[in-house]
Amino acid sequence: MTHSIDNGIVAQFSGPLDHFDLSVAFELPARGVTALFGRSGCGKTTVLRCLAGLSDVDRGHLSVKGQVWQDDNHFVPTYKRPVGFVFQDASLFPHLSVYENLIFGQKRAGARANIVPIDDLVELLGLQDLLERSTHHLSGGERQRVAIGRALLSGPELLLMDEPLAALDRFSKNEIIPYLDRLFKTLDVPVIFVSHDTEEVERLADSMVLMDQGKVVASGPLSEVLSDPTLFIAKGPKTSSVLDVEVLSFSDKDRITEVGVEGGVLLIPGELGPVGSKRRISIAAKDVSLAQERPSETTILNVVPTRILDIHLLDGARCNLLLSVGHKEQNGAKFLARITQRSLRKFDFTVGQEIYAQVKSVSMVGGKNGN
Amino acid sequence: MWDPIWITVKLAFITTVILLVLGTPVGWWLARSKAWWKEAVAAVVALPIVLPPTVMGFYLLIALGPDSPIGQITTEVFGRALPFTFAGLVVGSVIYSMPFVIQPIRNAFEAIGDRPLEVAATLRASKLDSFFSVALPMARPGLLTGAVLGFAHTVGEFGVILMIGGNIPGETKVLSVAIYDHVEALEWGQAHVLSAGLLVFSFLVILSMMILEKKLGRRLR
Repeated sequence: MTHSIDNGIVAQFSGPLDHFDLSVAFELPARGVTALFGRSGCGKTTVLRCLAGLSDVDRGHLSVKGQVWQDDNHFVPTYKRPVGFVFQDASLFPHLSVYENLIFGQKRAGARANIVPIDDLVELLGLQDLLERSTHHLSGGERQRVAIGRALLSGPELLLMDEPLAALDRFSKNEIIPYLDRLFKTLDVPVIFVSHDTEEVERLADSMVLMDQGKVVASGPLSEVLSDPTLFIAKGPKTSSVLDVEVLSFSDKDRITEVGVEGGVLLIPGELGPVGSKRRISIAAKDVSLAQERPSETTILNVVPTRILDIHLLDGARCNLLLSVGHKEQNGAKFLARITQRSLRKFDFTVGQEIYAQVKSVSMVGGKNGN
Repeated sequence: MWDPIWITVKLAFITTVILLVLGTPVGWWLARSKAWWKEAVAAVVALPIVLPPTVMGFYLLIALGPDSPIGQITTEVFGRALPFTFAGLVVGSVIYSMPFVIQPIRNAFEAIGDRPLEVAATLRASKLDSFFSVALPMARPGLLTGAVLGFAHTVGEFGVILMIGGNIPGETKVLSVAIYDHVEALEWGQAHVLSAGLLVFSFLVILSMMILEKKLGRRLR
């Protein structure tokens, strides 16, 4: 295995699991937020546990920022790995108060104890009023926030989270996601989190490792993986692509924001924030329709010049087209369109062709909706 | 009248302390080990529950007696064999009350499960550290139950003590034997006083244990 990213996370694990063999290898940059994504039972939690040293498989190699945590000859035990781990069910220590839970790892972190100042973290996570409480009457969202704070105060070089939101109801989820969002943007700790919820991933992740049946199917920047028409996640009815955009201007009269993407612009109803701010949007593949010429009469706000990069037939009547924004643009933002095979034949779309995509609806990821 | 009471309390206290110190690592091992033969060890620990005290006392008498290897060692070191001494009673009580201390401790450790220890490991706590900072505090209700049961059970001990010589006034004569002697001598009044005292004591022990367990248990859930 080549160690091409000396400062990244290089992992390789293989061995039998209950129902199939685990065999994964991936490299990630040691920054940003990575989602380990896949169906329930595909082995993603095992991979996360292997990263922490909580589980071991027959063969494992792991190096983080050039330090070897595990190879054929040695295995650094969990308590000596600078990882933070957030379990699905928070798992707070019942015999300790919230504050004592928070400092449990910090007391043992040695030189890394003050990487994240406790006051900042308490404020970021909104824990000020909980510190002296026992852990028994906290809500699910509060418990999970304490668990995240506790993990971060141990000064981790890598934060691992096992479906941190799965045990929460929608209300608690919506409560905690902004905290996570803020944390991830503020702290310089790489995060790997396990999830099977597309919405969560779109909202929080920068990159994605897609797993199926114990294997890595794809890994890379989130927008690329989500818009890869050949992957199984592109075949579902809710398939969507995410695009990172920058606010360009806001029209007071129409109350519409103009945002820039690689290769073009999009219009989104509502005020999305100050000029220059970055937002993430999601486009459902089924909300994109295609035309050979620019339609002159249409109520649709966004008619985007695009080029067809790939065509992928699906089982049944439909197909996915991978589009890139801008006719001549080389690095245009990519997104998927879902149309029927009948339309594909009727208009004779081919790879490389320059066409117009009508985007019926654009969603702000984790925020207000636009149309 | 006060001699047997004092000897009984002293015996029960020392026995409980020894059992807590020995029983905690054994209970931990029984709860966490994956060795195939651990249930055999558990059965040996539980044996005193079903063994008639006289049988146990008989074997202890032989095992500790001056002709046995253990007896020879104690004679070498302390100048005498253990039967008919207070130290002998302690040895007998420790074995006799062992299951009542170790079993609750083992159950408490088992109830904790793997997760809190995994959490502790991800927070830089070594195995030893997490034993003292997580496992022990979380097992507190079990330790308390074990201590109370061990103490109370030792107070009520009769058969084993009689067999290994617990009838020397001022040295090995404990409450239960004193009551027996009073009855033998038809001193009903004194037997009544000691018996009623033990009855009240036992009731208070069980009651306070139940209350404490409920309180602690609620806090730890």
